[in-house]
Order: sequence, then structure tokens, then C-alpha cells
Amino acid sequence: MTATEKYRNNFLQEVIANVEEGEWVRMCMQCGVCSGSCPLGPHWEHPPQEIFMMIRANKRQEVLSSSSMWYCTSCYNCIARCPRGLPITHIMHGLAHYGRKLGVAPKELPTIKFSMLFWENLVQKGRVNELKLGLRLYFMNGFMNGIKTALKMQKIGLGMFLTKRMTPMEMLGGHGCKDAKGLQAILKKAQQIEDAKTVKQG
Amino acid sequence: MADKKFGAYICKGCGIGERLNANQLASVATKEGKMAFAKQHDFLCNSEGVAMIQADINAGEVNHLMIAGCSKRAKMEAFNFDNVVMSRANLREGVIWVRPDTDEAKETTQEMANDYIRMACAEVRYMNLPSSSNEQNLTGHLLVVGGGITGLTSALEAAKAGYNVTLVEKSDKLGGVSGQLYKRIPNRAPFKDPQENSVVDLIAKVEANSKIKVYLSSIVAKTEGAPGRFKVEIAAESGPTTTETIGAIVQASGFKPYDANQLPHLGFGKSPDVVDQLGLELLAREANGGAIKRPSDGKEVKSVVFVQCAGQRGNKEGYLPYCSGHCCLTSVKQAMYFKDANPNIDTAIIYTDLRTPGAGGEDFYRSGQDKGVTFTKGKVSEVSPNGSNLAVKFKDLILDEEVNLETDLVVLATGMVPNSGVDIEAIPIAIEEVEGEPKKPVSDVIEFPVKGSVLNLDYRQGADMPQLVHGFTDSHFICFPYETRRTGIYAAGPVRRPMDGFQAMEDATGATLKAIQVIENSALGRAAHPRSGDLSYPKFRKEGCTQCKRCTVECPFGAINEDEKRYPFFNEARCRRCGICMGACPVRVISFENYSVETVGQAIKAVDIPDEFSEKPRILVLACENDAYPAIDMAGMNHIEYSAFVRIIPVRCLGSVNTIWITDALNSGYDGVMLMGCRKDGDYQCHFVKGSELAHIRTSKIDDTLKGLNLETERVQTLEVAITDIQRIPQLINEMAATIEKIGMSPFKF
Amino acid sequence: MPRQYSFYPGCSSQKGASSSNYQRSVETMCSVLDIQLNDIPDWNCCSASIGYSGGGELPRIALSARNLALSEQAHPDQDVVATCAACWLATREANERLQHDAQIMTETNQALAEAGLSVKANKKIRHMVEVLVEDIGYAEISSKVKKPLEGIKIAGYVGCQTNRPFGIAGESFENPVYLDNLIAALGADPVKNYEKKVSCCGGALAFSEPEKSQALIKDILQAAVDNGANMLVTPCPVCQMNTEVYQDQINQTYGTNFKIPVVYYSTLMDIAFGKSAKEAALDGQIIKAKQLEDLASK
Repeated sequence: MTATEKYRNNFLQEVIANVEEGEWVRMCMQCGVCSGSCPLGPHWEHPPQEIFMMIRANKRQEVLSSSSMWYCTSCYNCIARCPRGLPITHIMHGLAHYGRKLGVAPKELPTIKFSMLFWENLVQKGRVNELKLGLRLYFMNGFMNGIKTALKMQKIGLGMFLTKRMTPMEMLGGHGCKDAKGLQAILKKAQQIEDAKTVKQG
Repeated sequence: MADKKFGAYICKGCGIGERLNANQLASVATKEGKMAFAKQHDFLCNSEGVAMIQADINAGEVNHLMIAGCSKRAKMEAFNFDNVVMSRANLREGVIWVRPDTDEAKETTQEMANDYIRMACAEVRYMNLPSSSNEQNLTGHLLVVGGGITGLTSALEAAKAGYNVTLVEKSDKLGGVSGQLYKRIPNRAPFKDPQENSVVDLIAKVEANSKIKVYLSSIVAKTEGAPGRFKVEIAAESGPTTTETIGAIVQASGFKPYDANQLPHLGFGKSPDVVDQLGLELLAREANGGAIKRPSDGKEVKSVVFVQCAGQRGNKEGYLPYCSGHCCLTSVKQAMYFKDANPNIDTAIIYTDLRTPGAGGEDFYRSGQDKGVTFTKGKVSEVSPNGSNLAVKFKDLILDEEVNLETDLVVLATGMVPNSGVDIEAIPIAIEEVEGEPKKPVSDVIEFPVKGSVLNLDYRQGADMPQLVHGFTDSHFICFPYETRRTGIYAAGPVRRPMDGFQAMEDATGATLKAIQVIENSALGRAAHPRSGDLSYPKFRKEGCTQCKRCTVECPFGAINEDEKRYPFFNEARCRRCGICMGACPVRVISFENYSVETVGQAIKAVDIPDEFSEKPRILVLACENDAYPAIDMAGMNHIEYSAFVRIIPVRCLGSVNTIWITDALNSGYDGVMLMGCRKDGDYQCHFVKGSELAHIRTSKIDDTLKGLNLETERVQTLEVAITDIQRIPQLINEMAATIEKIGMSPFKF
Repeated sequence: MPRQYSFYPGCSSQKGASSSNYQRSVETMCSVLDIQLNDIPDWNCCSASIGYSGGGELPRIALSARNLALSEQAHPDQDVVATCAACWLATREANERLQHDAQIMTETNQALAEAGLSVKANKKIRHMVEVLVEDIGYAEISSKVKKPLEGIKIAGYVGCQTNRPFGIAGESFENPVYLDNLIAALGADPVKNYEKKVSCCGGALAFSEPEKSQALIKDILQAAVDNGANMLVTPCPVCQMNTEVYQDQINQTYGTNFKIPVVYYSTLMDIAFGKSAKEAALDGQIIKAKQLEDLASK
């Protein structure tokens, strides 16, 4: 970034236009309560307070490609405590989604993979299939890793099975909406409307 | 007043009658206290009790009353009689409420009460009815020094209240700094946008007001006299001088902007595109709502950086150490000049602590954020020209990184430097006494106008008001923010402390009301404040005076000048009736009619001192009636016990304590003396500013006296207490009692 | 007449899913309290709090809006009730945005029209706990107790999503007391000022970031044990699962010795109401709640 681009409003304006609840970013007063309240805060490369400042410092690439937002556990502590009432959890989800959609989010983060799997799983039948989701999660890092993870989780799986909280029957179809097609049509239309609203950059 | 007729009234209400032997109290009052009669009553403060006293007064049977019952701070409305003298013995808060209701304690509790009766009787015997000196004179005319937003407001407010005003402005037009602003920080909801500058309207109103007379290009060349009778010389730059008689003065001399030339590292002077906040106002006025252009080449500004705390809030050489209070909001407002004209202009405000005082401050800040102003917590180290741009080097304190950015224009938020005139403590007015020469008054020695002075006071203490920290003009910050140490002269606006225009207008209104208070009070010969309405006044026995000048020097209010023979010359209307002069006088020639070396001294002596072997020591407490005494009363209300050996006397200010009282107490067999006054340092809480400090200085030499008497130094303590020390004061008293028990009784018992 | 609600069960409550035991215990609880839950016909997943990577704002709102639309059709006069914290939160969030943002309302209805639906978003979206606290009340719950849970010390682990950002009306974010009150109403002994009451268990990140999440879970368990708790009670399926199923792994990693049961409030209530272990779904406990089993068999 050149010296004449720093602390310019370009990225802030992009966030306001394209990111869920993005218009709130400018209202952050940099108190840091969000960062201090985050359960996985120490694992964030840039806690929310910094993310907000980076947006205002015009650091587009660094923000959208950051792993930070993907450590959000959706505990809503930041929202409950923000003295300025910023919907921080939603902004973090929004930034994560936007970065993933633009293809600049880090590819190898487990949470991104899990989150994508979850979404794909639900879109398929309208309801989440926990077993398929779980198995795909274990194998998302390749077959051998999957076996290892599955072995490690074997005991838990067994416990869930024995208490009837997991069933292999799910593999054979399992639950779903009757009108999964209608649901898919709704989602497709919603996606079209949202895409049309997105302000193209550059 | 005709003959003194003494009478005692003893109230038996609130449990006094059950806890104490009232007959014994009455007998002490008549036999030892020499009261002509002592009437007991079950409920003295009720209408019937009050009517009984009033009937006695009306019948001419009494004019010096000793009322024993509750504290003198209680039932003041009930026991309020005209044209009589009264003392109060505090048997409720001071005795029964602080002592246990047990058989063992009964004797010492009664002794305590008996002593308070003796003390109040002695006090009233030596009191006289105060009468004012007839110096008073009504001059309902206000002088306002300074024609900025503060002075204009003060003049208008006074005129609205019916007073004539003379307004003196040293420049050739009204408006001051406020007059140079394009727009103002908003003072009305929703606090979203800069507001029109209303100073123009203020000026028009002042000019149109028949009660206000404006002198432009003029200064106050000399001020002499006292509230209600100031003589003020107003000198025009062009030559002629006018003298006006003035009742009170509001000093609204404002501030000058910090000299940004002291900040070369922030680029000031190196590029015309680095301006201070007033410089930006000028650019905004030129643009008048259109695109703001930068001074160097007239290019429309597309990006601007505001540097907060430029040359202030730091301990670097030449920096102002304090926060000027308005600059953060001013920068928000100025960033909006750009954003409102064109939202695509990049505006960054670099701050270390964003401070947005006032009701709408936070809303205005939010509005700035909403408009897209970027707020960055950072420290700017350098601003320098870089081609046609400016390079700003700073550390982003949130992102923890060094940043170099380029911008079109930089605005430095520099601070306020008060126009306080001369520092009278830095330049003492030394009047050397020449052997054989006749002694001259100050005005003959000092040449007026004094260079740099705002008020040119012909006061012994100097030409301007004292200054507080950082050169701001005097103000009693904690208790009475509009009061200064010069009665009848009130500082208002940024000369008193940093503030913005709206705060200055509020300040002006407050100071103007104070000025009116003093005009009205001095017209009746009464104290203006804080003992508002007090008619007593220091009387001085010239024949005993040694011309030591302690009273003239130590009076915190500059009330006492010296006459042509170097005797103290009291200016009644300047006096606050604190008694600091009485405490200062080594030969004890200064006293008030109703508060004197004798009234307190005789009360001290009236206490019955049991012999050395009685195991009943006596501890004298002289307690400031403003803070320490109310705290002790409150300890009573909370039934916090303390030693029965203590005898407490309220004093107007610890500064009024004459050391003879301490010496006399020790000589007559008291075992300990405690002086309780207010906090005395830079953050003083003393109503009379210097009283507690002076008392501490005076008693710091008491150790020598004690050693001379062969007494332990622990026997006298000078303490700083606060009105909130409800728990601590009883504890201090008990500690003193324990100390006495340890070191033993005084040998001076007769 | 039983109290009727339009019920949104959610994916994990389905037969053979991770909180099917929650669902079973809720059904028992409702039968005692005369509550009738009417399932929203053909409901779909809400996308929980983890679907955001794939689903943007409008698609996610559309998911919940479909459920609302179906509820409005089938049970026009009934509040929507969910037992799962994430289901409740996602649905309530969508409902509020639809109410407050006219553009989102229009766009959502455009999307719903693809399946012949439309939404008004005019219902109250409530968590089952709200029904218990506000509609039933502690006193009535207490009156149904047949076997007081005497001598059992229980840490009420509220967790995140039933508490923030909406929370139960009248409760504070930092120290909600409804679980404590409920525990007391059943005759058990609540852990007062349980420090980790509203701490996060890692939520969905327990799957994707197990080590980091288990560190959080360890602290939640430790605080309960330190306070002398015999078990935890929770209103949230994710909280329940995370704090229960990873105890072995946590013990391995940290050398701890946790074996503390984590039950749903509904299970607790069923036992106190005198229902059988099976009716209370105690068979769904991976870590058996022995004290409750004993009480049930008495």
C-alpha cells in the first residue's frame, strides 16, 4: 500500500456496502472490550478491535485474508458488552463470509471447511445430517488423517451410538425436508438478490 | 447596644433531659456562667419555646443569649433572633450522642455538658452585636474586561438583570476568538452538525443594548477601591482616559492560541499546508461551505489529517502540560467541514485520548464517525513536506505499528494559553523601606499601568489576580468555582480554565451572578461570600499595632492595604470575615465584635480543669466550622463515641486561630490541643484558600514553645481533615486521648 | 385446555440425532405441565451459527423465514417455541431483522415466493425456558414436584446463546439466575455464583478446533467441580454435548479426572416430577447421572 492510500476510506466504504452489518464498523470507539471478552481472543491474529481499526486504515487484503474472524465461536459476549452496541459477532461472520466469497480467506482453516460442509449439508436436504457432516469433517484433511481422527473419536461415537444419539441409518438417506426443492429455490433466489446488491470492487 | 443582659435557655428535648442533670446545668449557667437566669424547656425549638425567648427579648430582659441544646448548626431557623447576641452550647451532637448511656459514663458526660455551658456563657459575655462600618455604597454597575464570547455574555446577562455595564475590549472589535470561527460545536440536540456561529448575534445585541457601554481599543489602566466603590481608569489606545465607578468586575480576558511555531517537528512554519485550528477556521470561512483549498497552491483538499494534543498534554519543553478541553470536539467539527462539503474527502483524526466533554460531546463524536471521519489512536512524531504533499509519521497505538502516510493538509490541535496578566507571585511588589523616608502607599510606588497587566489593581498584593496551576486565573475550584481571591472580581471563561464557547457562556452567567451578589451585599455592608450576609467585620486597635504587616500580607483576599502611615487599611467590602488577620496578629489587636481573641480565649479558660491526679485530662479541639465541625456533628448523629475529655470549639477558619489560644490552653492545664482544618495543598479545600495552610505554618513553630514549657511535642497536633471524616475524626480524638494517657497529665494544673 | 405453541424442534432433536434425548425429556416435561407442542410442518435447518461461510445474510434469513412462514400458516395464533439455543437465536434474529428492515422483508418475500410462501414476521419467538419462567412460573413447577432433588448440588451452566444477545427477559447477561431458580424449585441445591455460568464452550468450534475448545470446556467443568457440584444442568444442546462427550479426551490431555454428568433442565424436571428414568431420557446420558437414576427407581 502506498503512503497516499493509507487510512483512506475505500475499504471502509466497501465493507459498508458489501458486508453484513458493515455500516457499524465506523462506530467502533476502540475500547477493546470485545477483544477482552472473546473466549478464543488469544488465538485471534487480530482481535475485533484491531480488525475494525485495520478496516479504517484501509488494510483490505490483510483483513479479508485473516484467519481471525474464523475463531469466532458465536458466543455473543462482544455484542452483549460493546458499549457502542456494535453487532460484532455478525460483523465478524459477515467479514468471514465476504472474504470466503471473494476467495481470499485462508483455504486450510478447519472452521472454514466445517462451516462450508455444514452449509452444503443443510442445502442438500434442508436439514443437517449430523453423521454425514461428522464423517466428512473427519475426512476433510485427507483419508489417513480421517482414519486417525475417526479412531480418536471412536469412543465418543460409540457413546453417542449406545445412547441413541447417533445412528448409522442416517447414512441411508436420513432426515430431510419434504420440500427440499422449494427450499433450494428459495436459497437460490436469495443468493441472486444478494449478489446483485454486492458492489463490485476495482 | 445598651447594657448587656445575659440569659440562659436550656433545652431538655431530644433526650438531653433524660441523660443530663438539667438543674445542675442551669446552676452552672447562673453561678459560674454569670447568666441572670437559666430557663429550662422540654422542647425549646418548638414555636412555644421560641416564643418564650422572643417574649424575653421583647420585654428587654435579655439581649445576650446562651442557648444550650443542639449544635449551632441545627435549628438555625428557629433560633434566629434579630438584634441580639447568641452563643450555643452543643449538648446533643457534642455530648449525649457521642457518649454511652451507662452509669459509669454518667459523671464524665455531665462534666462534659457542664463545661460546654461554661464555655458558651464565657463566649457570649465577650460578644458584641456586630454593626457594619457604613462604608457601603450601592454602585450597581458592572465592568466586564474582554469582549469575546464570555464578556459579551456577561454584559448581556447583567444588563438583562437590570445593571449597567461597561465593557472594555483591547482590540478594535468585539467577538474575540469565537468571532473568528466559521461554525461552532453544536449545543443543541441532536448534536449532529456544526452550528451557525451565533457570536454575530451576541455582538449585535450588545451594541444595541442601552445599558451597555463598549470601549474598544482600550485597556483597564488602573483599578482601586473595593466592591461597590471601585474606581477604574479606562485608557483608550488613542490617548484619552475615562474613570468610572464600578460595583463589581468580571474578568473575561480569554486566551491566546498556543504559538505553533514552537512545533517545527510537526511541520508548522515549514509548509503553509500545516495550520492550527484557527488557521483552518480561516480556510473554512474563505471556502464558505464550498471546497476547502490548501494554502500552498490553492488545490482542493482531498485528504486531511488532524493531529490532536499538538504541543499540549506533554512534559516536553515548551509544551502545555494540560488538556485544553475543546480541541477534540473542534477537530470533529472541522473534519465535518470537509465531510459535509464532500463525503469522499478522507479525514483522519489522530488522538491519544479522545475527550469530548459536555452534554452533546459523545453524540457529536458519534456523528463524526457516522459521517466517515476516521479516528485513529496514535502518536504523531513528525510532519514534513514531501513534494506537494505532507508526510505524516505516527505510531498507530491500536495496530502497534509505525505508519507513514501522505496527505494534503495537516491541522494541529494546539492548546489555550490564558490571558491572566502578570503573575503576582513571580513578580512580587517589593517596597523597600528607606531609612528616614516617609512611608509611601503602594500606588505611589507602582507605576500604572503595569506592563502586561489586565486589571492593574492598586492592591498591596499585586496588579492582577493570583494564578492557579499553569497560569490560569484564580478560582475556588472545589467549593465556589466562580469566586476568586479578590472579592468583587470574578474570572470567567478560558482565562479561568480551558473550555469551549458554550462552557464560557455558562461560566460568564455564573460569574455575573456572583458579581451581582457582591454588588447587592456590599451595598448593605454585608459579607458577599462565602459567609454571605455576615455583618461582622474586623475591628483594629491602632494604638497596639506594631506595623508588622502580617495581616496585610497574609490576608488571602487582598482586603487590607496599608495607609500612608503604613498602618493596615481595611477595605470592608473586600473582606470575607474569615478571621485570618485575627489569627495572624502577634499583638492581638484585630477582632470581630462577635468573634474575637477574647470570645474564644475566655471559652477556653472557662473549662474546669481537674487536678493532675484526677485521671481526667482535658483536650482542646479547635475545629474549622466549615468542614471539621460538621464532620464532628455528623459523628454525633451517627452516635460514634469519642473521649469524654475533649472540649471542642468551632472556629471560622483554622487560619483565624491565634496561637495565644494554644499557649493559654497549655498554661491553664489542658493536656492536649488539636487543630482541625481543611486540606491545604494545591488541591486545597479551605473555604478561605490559605487559612489552613497558614495555620499549619504558624503552629509549625509551636514545638519550640512546648519545649520551652517542658512539655511533650505530641500535646499539640495540627491536622488536615475533610467533611467526610466522620469515622476518622473520633478516631483521631481517641488516639490523642490514648497518647495523653501514655505521656501523662500536664503538670500545669492549678 | 393445554397451552399450545408452534414448535420448532431443530435438526439435532431428531430421532437418532445428538440431542434426541433432550427432545424426549421435553415431551415428558410438557405432558406434566399441560403444554402442547405443535411441530411446524416440514421445518428446515436454521443454519445455526456456523453456516455463515456458505450462507450470506439473506439466504440465512430466508431459511428462518421459511420456518416462520410455515408456522404462520399452520399455527397463526401460537408463539414459536424452540428448545435448541441456536434454533431459537437464529429464528429470533431473522424475525427481528425482518421486522426492522423493510428492504430485507421485501427481498426475503421475493425469495420465499419461489416456493409459494410469504412471511409476516409477526410472532414472538421464544425459548422453552421462557415458557417455563414466564408462562408456567417457578411456583407451579415447584407444585408438580413429587421427588425433590434433595442433597444434589447442581451447577446451572447457562452458556452463551440462550443468554446473549437476547437472553431471557429480566435476566442479566453476566449473571442470569433462571437455572439456579429452577434448580431450587426442584428441591436441589444450586451452585451460587458459578463463575463459568455464561462462559463459552467453543460451540461449533468444538468440531473444527477441538484443542482450543476443550481448553474452554475444561475450565467450565473445573469450576463446577471446585464448587462441589454433582452435575451440570444446561438449556442448550451444544453446551450439553460439548461439556459431556469430551470429558475423557480432556482427562487425557490435562490429566484431570472429570466424570460429571451434564443433564438438560427438562431431564431434571422429569425426575423431580416423579417420571421414570426412561421418560426422563436418562438413558441418553453418556456419563450416567447416577443420583437421578437412583431417585427415579425409588
